[in-house]
Amino acid sequence: MSRPGFVLEVDDRTPPLVVHEGEGFRLETFPLGTRVIYPPESLPAVPDVDQAIQHALRNPEGSDPLPELLFPGMRLTVAFDDLSLPLPPMRSPDIRQRIIEAVLTMAAAAGVDDVELVAANALHRRMTAAELKHIVGERVFRSFFPQGALYNHDAEDRSNLTHVGLTDQGEDVEINRRAAESDLLVYVNVNLVAMDGGHKSVPVGLASYKSLRHHHNSKTMVRSHSFMDHTKSHLHHSAWRMGQLLKEHLNIFQIETTLNNEVFPAPYDFLMKREWEWSIKDQGSMLAARRALSLAPARLRHKMFHDLRAPYGLTGVHAGDTEQVHEKTIAAVHRQQLVEVHGQADVLVMGVPYLCPYNVSSTMNPILATCMGLGYYFNSYRGQPVVRRGGAVILYHPLKPDFNQLHHPSYVDFYEEVLAESTDPAVIEAKHEQNYAADPWYVHLYRTSHAYHGVHPFYMWYWAAHAMDHVNEVIWVGADRRAVQRLGFRAASSLADALEMASDTVGRSPSITYLHNPPHLLADVR
Amino acid sequence: MLALEMYRSLPRHVAGKVVGGRVPGLLSGYAAPLRMVTIDQPAVARPGWARLRTRLSGICGSDLGALSGRTSLYFSGLVSMPLVPGHEVVADLVDDCEDLPEGTRVVIDPVLGCVARGVEPCAWCLAGATNRCDRITVGHIAPGLQTGYCSDTGGGWGQVLTAHRSQLHVVPDAVSDEQAMLIEPLACAVHTALRAQVRRGDRVLVSGAGVVGLFTTLALRSLTEAGQITVVAKHGRQRELARAFGATEVIALDGALRGVRRATGAFHVQPDFGPGYLLGGVDVAIDAVGSKTSLETALHATRAGGRVVLSGMPAAADLSAAWFRELEVVGSYASAGREPGAGDRPAFEVAAALVADDVLAPVDGAVASYPLYRWREALDHAHAAGRLGTVKVAFDPRSSR
Repeated sequence: MSRPGFVLEVDDRTPPLVVHEGEGFRLETFPLGTRVIYPPESLPAVPDVDQAIQHALRNPEGSDPLPELLFPGMRLTVAFDDLSLPLPPMRSPDIRQRIIEAVLTMAAAAGVDDVELVAANALHRRMTAAELKHIVGERVFRSFFPQGALYNHDAEDRSNLTHVGLTDQGEDVEINRRAAESDLLVYVNVNLVAMDGGHKSVPVGLASYKSLRHHHNSKTMVRSHSFMDHTKSHLHHSAWRMGQLLKEHLNIFQIETTLNNEVFPAPYDFLMKREWEWSIKDQGSMLAARRALSLAPARLRHKMFHDLRAPYGLTGVHAGDTEQVHEKTIAAVHRQQLVEVHGQADVLVMGVPYLCPYNVSSTMNPILATCMGLGYYFNSYRGQPVVRRGGAVILYHPLKPDFNQLHHPSYVDFYEEVLAESTDPAVIEAKHEQNYAADPWYVHLYRTSHAYHGVHPFYMWYWAAHAMDHVNEVIWVGADRRAVQRLGFRAASSLADALEMASDTVGRSPSITYLHNPPHLLADVR
Repeated sequence: MLALEMYRSLPRHVAGKVVGGRVPGLLSGYAAPLRMVTIDQPAVARPGWARLRTRLSGICGSDLGALSGRTSLYFSGLVSMPLVPGHEVVADLVDDCEDLPEGTRVVIDPVLGCVARGVEPCAWCLAGATNRCDRITVGHIAPGLQTGYCSDTGGGWGQVLTAHRSQLHVVPDAVSDEQAMLIEPLACAVHTALRAQVRRGDRVLVSGAGVVGLFTTLALRSLTEAGQITVVAKHGRQRELARAFGATEVIALDGALRGVRRATGAFHVQPDFGPGYLLGGVDVAIDAVGSKTSLETALHATRAGGRVVLSGMPAAADLSAAWFRELEVVGSYASAGREPGAGDRPAFEVAAALVADDVLAPVDGAVASYPLYRWREALDHAHAAGRLGTVKVAFDPRSSR
């Protein structure tokens, strides 16, 4: 029986606690009285995954069973989440592989031979063949990739986009033409956190910039409280409107999966345990890991982390009508991640780990680290933010201004050119977004190389807009000072210094809350 | 009279070649082929010539290049040694000179064309393009492409020099000595801006924000219909001035190509070895430094069929881009007596009008002057002028402190 998440109050007996900081972690001693929010322990996985998938496909929510939707001569498209989910990447076989194999088996049985598989990468980078193979599995990859029937969505291929229409609020809905013109679009999702899935799958993952700009903008982002609660997120409201329009034009069969909290494989599994419960073996692993990380050159350290494959277990699979499916999915996510928290804090402390959705096999640059900390982690709440309005956020990450030129070419320019001028999301959106979105070089790299779209760093910055609007102070501990300055924040060498700096805003005896993740948690702040 | 004299010295020249590029400040300060001497005043032997007493004389990048051994040997046949450098000069007439009475405050167009040399005017001089004169090695004065490079005329780094009436431009009373001294470099910038033949809306890159780059930016903004003007600047003060003079965008050297690529939507190519370059880029690029890096930046950031203007005295550089992208490489030397792009007015006249513009007011405070005997300090200061926020370092031969 897994234990629920809970809130620890630091006292004399509390040992130093793990805080992630990029490709490493530290053991931090928190002031007495600090609240520490721990995620629930991992829920038990579904014992028979294939059976669960079959059950979901044959007994869907608000839809006919999948076999009844398939018929000879039809055009079937299977879209699936890209490598930004789950994090870290899942140990093979990926759950998407098992579902896609089941869908394709049913399609074959029904005599469907016009099938294409599309990675719903929106403006994310094109995945490599190896990355596609990891997601869909060897068998599917061999059957579809050489024929060109397994590919990445290209949001800049005008000839393969369809403008489906406008929502009642005038938002363009433009998605992948193949998907839009199929008799059935099956979408296979991994719902790692509450933000994912629902109408954020098809209308976002298969869309173009023309469509995405309606919800990926500073105004919408700053009013999404939070991204992890689709009922309160303006971003999701927009996606939902688009999804409802799409429902009128095409048949979508949504398959959503939820995972447990088995994020770290051995010997790093001590990172998922509560520190005072570490066994001798866990303590040995921790010491060995710290020693290895301190001795390893940067390249090896990078490899140690990025080679991790999470032993996630499936906690649920639901299929059918998008909205009905998503209700069940969200309930499953909440079972795994929700932690009840009473009241807001003056100071929120978060450790930003080595990985976010956009640096798989790549570098966590300062913009992505900001997005991870102030975007995803800050928004890991339901109800109200963990920190009060006007409070302070303290983050841990080295923030080295290192950029992967292959994956993040526009990030370099965004960092050097845009952030040097302003860090205000609304200002940079008005002045620079269009230029970056239409830059032919970025478009070329997005389409032919493995680069994130030119506009992507703007979106990363918008993710942090709500946090930047909500708190008065953002302080990074252990970070590159020049990078912090460029981002418009402040740098401290230790937690004590950071609290001293924050005292202007929150006083000398602030209430402090530390969000102890990963694994993923969602603070239900009452 | 007191003067700083540049002389032939093989060891110092070799030292300059070897070390000058790396530590030019050290070399010019302590091992330059320059000395302070007491010499006879230059003589006036021909009509049209007159003596002048120097008020201020600037230190130009070409002077520093010559002193630190970075100047090409190409020019060795165009100078006569020993010489008194200094071609950016504001001075008072010691003698009457044709229509100009003694005591008139003037600036000098340093080009020593056919009229000054007393020879039949060549085709260029007849056309007003005195800076292209074919006769600069002949006539009744020693070879020398300019005042300051000719052993007979003296130069501004001495108390007295000589000049021909054709070189003189009267300075209006409202113009200060510091402003007047800037007329010569500004005239060069005017010539450069006009040589660039910028069309309406053209994107222009100015590589370098020393006095040449800054004044070229000002001239481009004042005399052409350039669209975006991007200036590559190293130092904070240069960035401020570049913006004040009309730059749309100011970028650092290490981000120059990236900045141009962003502004123009060009494609970037990174060869296996060597610096990257753009396919696409600005319409016109101006190298206002003359270093290999600066010239290659200009070549690599210009679109196919575009124009690269050499304003600084150029160093050896990789010209592959000029060939492959069919670039028009245009030289810009000194200034002309008649500028076709400015209604056939002399560049000096255009510059004299510009120098009084309020936009140049911040430059007044960024001119540092030294007496002759502190020449080592002056040269060190000139080498570090950009970093120290100084636009121009000059000698004031009248001063003793």
